[in-house]
Amino acid sequence: MTEPHKTDEVLEQVRAEQQQQRRGKLKIFFGYAAGVGKTYSMLEAAQAQHKLGVDLVVGYVEPHGRPETEALLAGLPALPTRQVEHRGVTLQEFDLEGALARRPALVLVDELAHTNAPSLRHAKRWQDVDDLIAAGIDVYTTLNVQHLESLNDIITQITSVVVRETLPDAVFERADEVELVDLPPDDLLVRLREGKIYVAAQAERAMDNFFRRANLIALRELALRLTADRVHVQVQTARLERAADLPWATHETILVCFGSSPSSAKIIRAAKRMAAGFQAPWIAAHIETSRDSWMSRASRLQLLRNHRLAEQLGAETVTLSGDSVADEVINYARSRNVTKILVGKPHRSRWIDLLRGSLVAALLRRSGDIDVYVTRGAEEVEGPRVEPPPRPRIRWPDYGSMAAIILLCTGLAALLQWCGLREINIVMVFFLGVVFVAARYGRGPAAAASVLSILLFDFFLVPPRFSFAVSDTQYLLTFAVMLVVALVISTLTSRFRIQAESSRNRERNTEALYQLTRELAGRMSNRELVATAERLIQNLYGGRVAILLPDDKGILKPPASPDGAFAASENERAVAQWTLEHRKPAGSGTDTLPHAAALYLPLVGAQQAVGVLGLANPRTEDGGPLPADRRQLLEALVQQAALAVERHLLAEQAEKVLMQIETERLRGSLLSSVSHDLRTPLAVIAGASSTLLEKNRPKDLETQRDLLYSIYDEAERMTRLVENVLHITRLESGAMVLSKQAQPLEEVLSSVLVHLEKTLQGRPLNMKFVDTLPMVQFDGIMIEQVLANLLDNAVKYTPAGSPIDIIMGIEDNEAVIEVADRGPGLKTGEEQRIFEKFVRGSAGGSEARRGAGLGLAICRAIIQAHGGRIWAANRPGGGARFIFTLPVGEETSSVV
Amino acid sequence: MTTDSTSPLLLVVEDDAPMRRFLRVALTAAGYRINEAETGMDGVHKAAMQPPDAILLDLGLPDIDGLEVVRRVRDWSQVPIVVISARGQEKDKVVALDVGADDYLSKPFGVAELLARVRVALRHAARVASRSATGEATRFAVGELEIDLAARRVTCAGTEIHLTPIEYRLLTTLAQHAGKVLTHAFLLKEVWGPGSEGEAHNLRVFLAALRRKIEAEPARPRYLLTEQGVGYRLVDE
Repeated sequence: MTEPHKTDEVLEQVRAEQQQQRRGKLKIFFGYAAGVGKTYSMLEAAQAQHKLGVDLVVGYVEPHGRPETEALLAGLPALPTRQVEHRGVTLQEFDLEGALARRPALVLVDELAHTNAPSLRHAKRWQDVDDLIAAGIDVYTTLNVQHLESLNDIITQITSVVVRETLPDAVFERADEVELVDLPPDDLLVRLREGKIYVAAQAERAMDNFFRRANLIALRELALRLTADRVHVQVQTARLERAADLPWATHETILVCFGSSPSSAKIIRAAKRMAAGFQAPWIAAHIETSRDSWMSRASRLQLLRNHRLAEQLGAETVTLSGDSVADEVINYARSRNVTKILVGKPHRSRWIDLLRGSLVAALLRRSGDIDVYVTRGAEEVEGPRVEPPPRPRIRWPDYGSMAAIILLCTGLAALLQWCGLREINIVMVFFLGVVFVAARYGRGPAAAASVLSILLFDFFLVPPRFSFAVSDTQYLLTFAVMLVVALVISTLTSRFRIQAESSRNRERNTEALYQLTRELAGRMSNRELVATAERLIQNLYGGRVAILLPDDKGILKPPASPDGAFAASENERAVAQWTLEHRKPAGSGTDTLPHAAALYLPLVGAQQAVGVLGLANPRTEDGGPLPADRRQLLEALVQQAALAVERHLLAEQAEKVLMQIETERLRGSLLSSVSHDLRTPLAVIAGASSTLLEKNRPKDLETQRDLLYSIYDEAERMTRLVENVLHITRLESGAMVLSKQAQPLEEVLSSVLVHLEKTLQGRPLNMKFVDTLPMVQFDGIMIEQVLANLLDNAVKYTPAGSPIDIIMGIEDNEAVIEVADRGPGLKTGEEQRIFEKFVRGSAGGSEARRGAGLGLAICRAIIQAHGGRIWAANRPGGGARFIFTLPVGEETSSVV
Repeated sequence: MTTDSTSPLLLVVEDDAPMRRFLRVALTAAGYRINEAETGMDGVHKAAMQPPDAILLDLGLPDIDGLEVVRRVRDWSQVPIVVISARGQEKDKVVALDVGADDYLSKPFGVAELLARVRVALRHAARVASRSATGEATRFAVGELEIDLAARRVTCAGTEIHLTPIEYRLLTTLAQHAGKVLTHAFLLKEVWGPGSEGEAHNLRVFLAALRRKIEAEPARPRYLLTEQGVGYRLVDE
């Protein structure tokens, strides 16, 4: 049998899976400044590994021209660097593709925080390293403390050098091993002076800016502390692992509020440090207010950057909306059991606070038992970024409409004045106009309308007419009040308008999510599911949408719909594939492969990445990347789609597993049945034939004949059994394909009767047919098998010589075929059970008990495959009847 | 029965030794001379070197496909070929018959069936030979069924049976190859002409009608047998 072979296969599979699941290990040689000897230590370690026979390559090592380093490089196999032309300069870059293709066990990649040349796969080197690790390759790399994202602004404060190349803390935290490479600052300075760190010309400048003794001491402290923290965390984790049921060290949850200013980045970093200190989860929230709709493109980009920064630092990000920031923050904080809220210290005058209300004050008032921390939202060290004042685009047609409306109001006012109404009422007409304009066209036109109203009022309606001169100074007060009132009205109205719009937007978002969830909840095929999600997202985002699903090997299949054609090119598919494998967004508008035509988001379900969504050319107001709120909605939609797809996959898998269990069970019973039922006739054949071969074999011919007959009979029985076993395996494995043809039922009966001639000997057969039997669609060989099994049973289970009836007729568009006997009949409750596999009828002699119990199971499978029914019943007057039906198709009844 | 140089020579192409031995014993006992080949190529070779009166050919051979053997032999010889294959491989049988095999035997089979097929094959070859010598046979009879080809008259137990032209053509086609199984495709081509191969249901309708006319008990036919999934056979003994 194939049992041992199968075990091997399973082992092989498990091994392959383990290989797949094995991630590479990341070791960081960590230092506080250039020149402490990180690269040197890394190479030393590499040499040791090389001696041990580890398959390693040098992916990239900064060529600082230090002789000691060069010496250590000798003998290590190196991967050729990639030459990249960028703005006329040839840059040497790490060749990620080359390394992945080479697949060594260990790769050395210097300078983890390095920023790649623009044409490479990723924006940052750490992303390259992530890919290596995901591919199961170990990586040695180096890192300086000043590159850590969360320390970025502290470093800037210490050294007044802005470090542009930063590394998300998460990468550092994920590292499997961090080796601190330390050198006392004085020794470092000596090495620097000796020109061992940078080539001499650069040394002076570098020393001035960065390598001041004080700086170095501070940086060293940072690096040491960070390494110590890491060790501390490791110890704690180990302790937790030992006592898994201990509660989470602290029950803190931190919420940080950020906005669209560059200084928010600092607050986010502060929150990260705080969260790390408490080992608490943290949430970064942006509160969208009606003022956000005035936001400039630059601010929006900054907001997006802040979002990403928070995500990179490991925060869960949310966007809340509402005009009262404090209320939204407190409500959300309570709903998430937040214990600490972190906000930036406002740097605006108290007057504005008085006018608009201070967020901090409002938070403090309502925070209750939640701690509120206020941190300084300092200006960026590199100087404040000049932001263009938020200004909506001026839409001149709106101003035209506004002028027309105010002119109309002036006409109406003149008419009212002519009718004798007083100025106070006439002014109301203008207010009406201003409110209308504000509601319709927004703030700008409304303000203009306010001014225009007063001018026209003065010019046409206030004596002296047709002049801006005013005879009665009283009117000046009227004008002033009118202007203020009009402006306030216009501001309020346009704010309502914006709020209404944003609540409509929110409603739309909720509606979209709800709609997607609802539509995907229905039972449908995977294909329909994908098409539905594509359609809904395309409706919301414009552009073109494709959802790509992987095949069994995890390779994305080409897009199914013509709309997804953008994702069909080799480049785009590679980006999508990366997204799937790394479960991270990539493509247009992201840091990874930003030159792709479309944005790709992974469909990550509860357990696995189940596909990728590609979005090309979405509609945006300025044609730029998706704003944060729409991106978030998209991610929520994608997640819903992912869950739906995953649910489908899981259901499919469950079904497969069920089928496998069923098949296994069948195989087991088949095996036991076959081994018994084959061995018995084999024993007879072997016994009888060996008797005949014996030297002293029975001499009389009668006995010899008897033995020969028993050999022949047993062979016949085995033939039938093998036939049935083959049939059931083919039926069960689904390998059986029906070849249905229209044919007369008598024909199949006639061929069965010829085949069973010997079996049916001595049995009176009564056949009753309707003369007008139509042609019926069926597979002749299969139905022959059904009839043969039924007749065979009828013979086996009834006394010799008892009659068998075969009746064929038509009822309700079904051909009904019945095989009936006059035997002992079926026991109550047996009618259903006998169609199960390996169940034998209770009646009948030894002949019947020797069957495998497959005959009726085969009949049922065949009839069901034909769309018919089969059942058994007892006959009035004794005996059993087996009836099956075959559907008579419309097209077959009219043949001839 | 004794074998001498005048008794028919059969070529057995079969790779399985016990099967070969069984065939040799059974056929020699029935008075045939036997030539054996273990492989397809050997079979083709022996068929050419010492032309047999009939070939028994197993379809599953180690070197070349049994069908290929049929094709190669048919290139130069009309010797009757009886194909041996397992049950459940009806499609293979149809293909074998369509490329020129004369008949088939399903494993497992008994000696009686084997000898009957061999007799049919030899008789058929003899009939073809005598026909080419003396022109068309004019009369066919089996059991109580008689066909007078010259008079276009069909009688069963002495009573004349009236057939439509197509039924008559169908019956005479079967009678010309009596004892042999004829595939659906062959019958359609012979009776309805080339290009009608897809209309198997027509064939079934006419055959059922024919059976009702010539068989006493159409559901238990004596003359017109159905070979499920392959075709029809008119018995000749």
